[in-house]
Amino acid sequence: MSTTPTTPRTSPEGGDKMATGDFAGDNRSAATLRDSVGDYVGRLRGGDMGSLPAILGLVVLLVVFGLASDEFFSLLNMANLAVQAGPICLLAMGLVFVLLLGEIDLSAGVAGGVAATVAAQFIVDRGLPWYVAVLAAIAVGALIGLIIGELVSRLGIPSFVVTLAFFLGLQGVILYMIGEGGSVRVADPVIRGLTIENVPVAAGWVAAVLLTLAFAAGSLLRQRRQVANNLQHDPMSVVLIKISVVAVVILGLTAMLNINRSLNPVFPIAGIPYVIPVVVVLLILWTFVLNRTAFGRHLYAVGGNAEAARRAGINVLRMRVYAFVICSSMAAISGIVQSSYTGKVSTASGGGNVLLYAVGAAVIGGTSLFGGKGRALDAVLGGIVIATIANGLGLLNQASFINYLVTGGVLLLAASVDAISRRRRSAAGI
Amino acid sequence: MSTEPLLQLRGVNKSFGNAHVLHDVDFSVYPGQVTALVGDNGAGKSTLVKVVAGIYGRDNGDYIYDGKQVEVHGPRDVAELGVEVVYQDLALCDNLDIVENMFLGRETRKGLVLDETEMESRARETLASLSVRTVKSVRQSVASLSGGQRQTVAIAKAVLWNSRIVLLDEPTAALGVAQTRQVLDLVRRLADRGLGVVLISHNMGDVFEVADRITALYLGRVAADVATSDVNNSQVVELITAGRSGSLGISDNPATATV
Ligand SMILES: Nc1ncnc2c1ncn2[C@@H]1O[C@H](COP(=O)(O)OP(=O)(O)O)[C@@H](O)[C@H]1O
Ligand SMILES: [Mg+2]
Repeated sequence: MSTTPTTPRTSPEGGDKMATGDFAGDNRSAATLRDSVGDYVGRLRGGDMGSLPAILGLVVLLVVFGLASDEFFSLLNMANLAVQAGPICLLAMGLVFVLLLGEIDLSAGVAGGVAATVAAQFIVDRGLPWYVAVLAAIAVGALIGLIIGELVSRLGIPSFVVTLAFFLGLQGVILYMIGEGGSVRVADPVIRGLTIENVPVAAGWVAAVLLTLAFAAGSLLRQRRQVANNLQHDPMSVVLIKISVVAVVILGLTAMLNINRSLNPVFPIAGIPYVIPVVVVLLILWTFVLNRTAFGRHLYAVGGNAEAARRAGINVLRMRVYAFVICSSMAAISGIVQSSYTGKVSTASGGGNVLLYAVGAAVIGGTSLFGGKGRALDAVLGGIVIATIANGLGLLNQASFINYLVTGGVLLLAASVDAISRRRRSAAGI
Repeated sequence: MSTEPLLQLRGVNKSFGNAHVLHDVDFSVYPGQVTALVGDNGAGKSTLVKVVAGIYGRDNGDYIYDGKQVEVHGPRDVAELGVEVVYQDLALCDNLDIVENMFLGRETRKGLVLDETEMESRARETLASLSVRTVKSVRQSVASLSGGQRQTVAIAKAVLWNSRIVLLDEPTAALGVAQTRQVLDLVRRLADRGLGVVLISHNMGDVFEVADRITALYLGRVAADVATSDVNNSQVVELITAGRSGSLGISDNPATATV
């Protein structure tokens, strides 16, 4: 490359054929929509299910609950469902980072509980403004993640052991902070407002339209750049379909949430609950980090093949620590949103099935428990599925044992789909 | 030889504890030539490659690059000199595509953001310049590639960085006939572009086909460093198995002198 050939020895064949055009013949794009569909079906067959299980599952759940309960499809319940999904999606988004590396954080739920307690006490006991309380809570989450990450990566303790210890220990911390059987009220108008107040209808529409336009413009510009530079790209039809789907989802949800859903004609309730923009902003942030930055690329690399990442000069230990820090920080945000919804933090905050819900959400969305595969969007899609189960079963007034059984079963089902699709992927080489 | 070596190790010794693995090894890599490094299992080939790669330090001996003595303290120093190693286990991430693997750890960015345009174009150029034509798309995930294609990607990754020397540790060991063919062609093309190539192989057919020089290791000593045209197959086999062949090789039997 930098030196000139000195004693070239031509091999029997091939050595003299330095045709630069040979590789130029590779596929830059699936030429047509039909090819793209073919590719997609091929990937599905090969076990790369993506978000399909989440979407199919959601459709089934909507049908079942819609038939079983008159209330389910009411506007009020749909808005409630959206709010309930919020903390699950946020926690699952954090867990995606840890799962990407093939690790697990069993303590994320209670870490969120500790962080929410810190925030609530800062406001109630010390009269600090909400943003100080929120920042402090996120810092507490980050610190917990830092300690877990260091223990896992420096000492090499399996993450499920470290985080199981934290799961127990942090519950003790919450008990110590709040006192046996106690609780702390969450009444700050901003924090409480996250889940009980709505974005003004007009502002909601403006934001939804801008977001849709931004997505469309981004997709089209990207496609144009790829075509201009002769890079691999999706055919225009696929780009347009993606834009349409996103537009329908964003504008459809906005329309639904902007209708008055109050049962009382005197007090109309309309608008997007504030928690949704929080989820959307974090979804965009983490999608950007994972897909567009070297940091995200390195996370995938460590999850796919840690030894290869190490040889490529990536600091594998540090990436692991970062993943746990991000996970626990997101858990803090999730904990605060949860406390906003319930209006208090208690000694049970973040315990129970909170963590399993979030792990289930990430896995149902398409994130692999084996590492190397996952997106922030998975967490949101799966979070909606899990929230739908919880919401629907709640409406049906089932005994709580059913709730546990169903949720456990769903998590197991998702993990099985993950394991089977992984096997098929390695067989099909996708 | 007509050309000066690009890289030279002189009088290198390497021990692990009291296991003396490399004895006064002289090893040269010439630009534009394929040097085959042959030797029985345990002869010290991989150890020598790792010394060159900077993964192992030397006990003593000189590391001479481009005629100048250099200090190398680790793999990064060696990579900076333009020396790349393709390890036998390849070290590719199955969940990433070809472009992502080729640039792993050395991504080009524009500010914070990855510069995919630049990376995809350069990956494609590099593969094209190596006349790789068996890969369907550079955005294909590496998991979907055959063994030969994976080897190709690993080699392309090594030459992407204007490297001047590429060391390949048994690149064809796990490949079928057609894929071995592809990789050997690629090895030859690298040398024809002026790179210094080191090929570790147990297959004498491969060695005689692509190598310009053969360095034979026997129990950690260099038994011979010869032009391929000056030896025949059975001589090399003797050098590998006995350390000597006629006038070539180690005069006293080192087997008794070593471990
Ligand atoms: N890290 C190590 N520690 C101790 N001994 C080693 C180490 N690496 C290699 N050896 C020894 O050095 C000798 C040469 O090994 P190696 O370089 O792998 O040979 P080859 O690649 O030619 O088969 C062997 O006897 C092996 O046991
Ligand atoms: Mg070896």
